[in-house]
Amino acid sequence: MYGKGLRPLSIATVVAILAAFTLVFFYAPLDGDQGFIQKIFYLHVPLAITALVGFIVGGVFAVLHLRSGNRKWDAYSYVSIHMSVIFGVAVLITGSIWAKASWGHWWVWDEPTLVSFLIVFLMYATYYPFRYAIEDPERQGRYASVFAVTAGAFVPLNFIAVRMSQSLVHPRVFATANGGLPGSMMLTFLVCLTAIALLWLTLVKFELTAKSASGQIKRLRRALDAPATGAASRVAPEVS
Amino acid sequence: MALLPLADAPAIPLGEAGKYVAAAYIVFLALLIVYVAIMAAKLQRMERELRELAGFAESRANGEAAATDREKVSADV
Repeated sequence: MYGKGLRPLSIATVVAILAAFTLVFFYAPLDGDQGFIQKIFYLHVPLAITALVGFIVGGVFAVLHLRSGNRKWDAYSYVSIHMSVIFGVAVLITGSIWAKASWGHWWVWDEPTLVSFLIVFLMYATYYPFRYAIEDPERQGRYASVFAVTAGAFVPLNFIAVRMSQSLVHPRVFATANGGLPGSMMLTFLVCLTAIALLWLTLVKFELTAKSASGQIKRLRRALDAPATGAASRVAPEVS
Repeated sequence: MALLPLADAPAIPLGEAGKYVAAAYIVFLALLIVYVAIMAAKLQRMERELRELAGFAESRANGEAAATDREKVSADV
């Protein structure tokens, strides 16, 4: 029963998103350096963090699938990655909008943070053709899980590599030295992060529920078709 | 990172920055709406399939009941 608890989770998500956007536009102060354009970060950064964590979560579910052989974990892994790819699209678009406003370019190729996220995104974009190129469901699940584990391990490595690189242009939101976020901005950011994480969780649950319902319908169709075929074979000798 | 009160002029003029901020949030909402629309279409398809299956199950149940009645009648005869 994937749909259990979906309603309270959806309500919590809507409330959290409304609270987050209210804080962004009516509570968080304007950034002295970037001004109003910095408001994009309250959406862009939580989306990026949630997408990257979602990819890792997909990898963890894939490990559980490989260990247990239970196809439920494969479904969890698939839906986690699927949702993170959608969030990744939002990250790339909102990031490009911010880049255009701040740097005057939609995309900058010599910025490690942007390019590394694009690499991760494109890597996960290949997950779908890779998965659906295999027809046998058992093999499909197993190979997709291996992909999810490998790619999931690449995400934190990629993140660390980018943090270690000396970027001069891409802002660091979680700077701990001078220049870190002040209290009101940090509160707004954390509420936004919670809201976006809740949205991811709700959509994952929603997608799993839809997939489960679709699977139940297929099962029902098979169950209804099977006796009908049997009945036809019983009827056929009488007709002849 | 120094903070400015809202009344002070931001680094980027609000009018210029406003359209980019609006665009980012609209893109987010648009993606969300597109996703919900796709899920709604899936839900409609599932509902249609369920209706078909329910109709099929009902007609089969009626057919089986009729066959049982015919068998009873022929046995009585």
